[in-house]
Amino acid sequence: MSMSLGSAVMDRMAAKLQKYNFVKKINWGRAVVAGIPTFWLGLFFFVPFLVVFKISLTEAAIAIPPYSELLEWDLEEAYISIKINLGNYLFLFEDDFYLDAYLSSVKIAVLSTFFTLLVAFPIAYAIAKSDGSTRVLLLALVILPFWTSFLLRVYAWMEFLKKNGIVNEFLLTIGVIDEPLIMLQTDFAVYIGIVYTYLPFMVLPLYSALEKMDGTLLEAAQDLGSKPTQSFFLVTLPLAMPGVIAGCVLVFIPAVGEFVIPALLGGADTLMIGRVLWDEFFLNRDWPMASAVAIVMLVVLVLPIMLIRNSQGKGEAV
Amino acid sequence: MSFSEQIVPSPTSAEQLPLWKQEGAEPFLRIENVTKNFGEFKAVDNISLDIYKKELFCLLGGSGSGKSTLLRMLAGFETPTSGRILIDGVDMAGIQPWERPVNMMFQSYALFPHLSVADNVAFGLKREGVAKAEIKKRVAEMLDMVQLGHLGKRKPHQLSGGQRQRVALARALIKRPKLLLLDEPLGALDKKLREETQFELINIQEELGVTFVVVTHDQEEAMTLATRIGVMNQGIIVQTDEPHDVYEYPNSKFVADFIGSVNMFEGKVIQDEPDSVQIDSKEAGTTLFVNHGISCSPDQVVNVAIRPEKIRISKKEPEKGVNCIQGIIEEIAYMGSLSVFRVRLASGKEVRVTQPNFTRSMGDRFTWNDAVFLHWDEDSSVVLTS
Repeated sequence: MSMSLGSAVMDRMAAKLQKYNFVKKINWGRAVVAGIPTFWLGLFFFVPFLVVFKISLTEAAIAIPPYSELLEWDLEEAYISIKINLGNYLFLFEDDFYLDAYLSSVKIAVLSTFFTLLVAFPIAYAIAKSDGSTRVLLLALVILPFWTSFLLRVYAWMEFLKKNGIVNEFLLTIGVIDEPLIMLQTDFAVYIGIVYTYLPFMVLPLYSALEKMDGTLLEAAQDLGSKPTQSFFLVTLPLAMPGVIAGCVLVFIPAVGEFVIPALLGGADTLMIGRVLWDEFFLNRDWPMASAVAIVMLVVLVLPIMLIRNSQGKGEAV
Repeated sequence: MSFSEQIVPSPTSAEQLPLWKQEGAEPFLRIENVTKNFGEFKAVDNISLDIYKKELFCLLGGSGSGKSTLLRMLAGFETPTSGRILIDGVDMAGIQPWERPVNMMFQSYALFPHLSVADNVAFGLKREGVAKAEIKKRVAEMLDMVQLGHLGKRKPHQLSGGQRQRVALARALIKRPKLLLLDEPLGALDKKLREETQFELINIQEELGVTFVVVTHDQEEAMTLATRIGVMNQGIIVQTDEPHDVYEYPNSKFVADFIGSVNMFEGKVIQDEPDSVQIDSKEAGTTLFVNHGISCSPDQVVNVAIRPEKIRISKKEPEKGVNCIQGIIEEIAYMGSLSVFRVRLASGKEVRVTQPNFTRSMGDRFTWNDAVFLHWDEDSSVVLTS
């Protein structure tokens, strides 16, 4: 006990000394390696974020750019005025339209993330269990769609799903249906689009989690009396959890703000915040309102991620 | 009838006999002509074996000998290509691993990394639907038995290798299986811990009365643990006997060589009587006498096997001139408790001799290039015909 206490004190002293050293002698290699991405993020993420945040606090105006100035000053008259407009944010909460759009986005994102997980898990499992050369081939197949433009692939889905598209033609020919199904411009098409597009982002982290799993664990579970399905839920799934979480975050975040897929595959009633954002910017030319929508969306996304990160950190510390 | 049975003195009453020597005793585990092919490769080749209740049976063999495959067939992870496996009289064909009255301790332990020690041990009971209070009680008992009562809340990665091994054992025993399969149970432990754990394992086995089948490549482990050893090579059980008999009466060159070290002299049988045999060996440079009979054809080429510790070494010629050969000490290895000599014979054959170091003095020790006589008794060596 006293030993560990003593070593803890030593550790703390060492840490302090290190800090002191760091002030004296900067580790340039480390500074550069850490500095470049920090600078990049600062310049291309944080600064634009501040600009958007600033715009969200202004009023729309018929001008170029189309919003009022936040800060006005006149050196001769010696005055500075700051005009902060919270009206955009208030309006977001007053008008049900925006709340509906947020909720509908989150709903679509949650459901499509879940469907993606359902589709991706068997794929990732099969890849993790395959051997050598097959595994490389399968992984390549998962990544292959990225070689074609995303937009092109969404257009391809329109061909598949439209009224006289391939799927309907096929179903009509084999006589399963009498008249074409309406699939395009529905929520169904949006789900298909999102699941298809984001599948690799789910498969890859799942694969890396499952690949690490020791196969004898499943044999041990069987040996102790659990049937294969039980073994899956008691052993495979808990051990794949880091991959499940990583994959879900990677799919959920872009899905919430998705614009192209609902715009091309969704119907007029498919309400998603990405489309609202687009409309505010380019149809209404209400930049301050659009900025407020964007900022709130960011908060909606960042909060759950931080919660997940926190809980994961705790899990590892135990 | 093999010679080992001739030599072991016959006990007076049947009660003293272990089950495997009693006529008509019911085997607990019966392996009947079991073969397992992986494509062209015969991993297990027509093995028949009976194992009796409360036995601690060791399958001993090198890698690729088929011992692990045989064990996995008992657990149900592999299906025999042909043949039958009966446990307590029940044919195991078509019975899934989770339905068998068998548990296994894996070589890698296969502890569930996401579960605590107590939950790992409780895993099997929970699947059986045992009441919670009962589970708690039995898990606590089992952890106490393997001396881990205080570590129930830890995760496997917070344990030492020896502690993990105990958790694996506790988890495999908690369902009170009729048959426990152990795959290299001590393989991952260091030497000292391994020796301690061997005896603990025997104690636990005797206390619970479970039948153990242990797979190992470590002959010392097999010798200490086993009631009987089945030596495996290339998918076949070459010899099944008690540890003493496997060591002293190996039935083939392979077994003699695999278990312990051995000197072998090739020679021709010149006289074969019911209770003795004489072999003319060019390698030994003399005629060797062995005091047991063999069944062989005249002039057959055989091997006389003699363990290094059964050879005596002296500078003076021994009085009894039987089984005496001359050579020159080429190398000496002092190993503390004993010394190992490598003696070169006139024929060029190298003989390994070990001698316990009775005294501390170096005075009358042998040294390099000493001319020495090696000799042994007629009942110290065995003749191997295959």
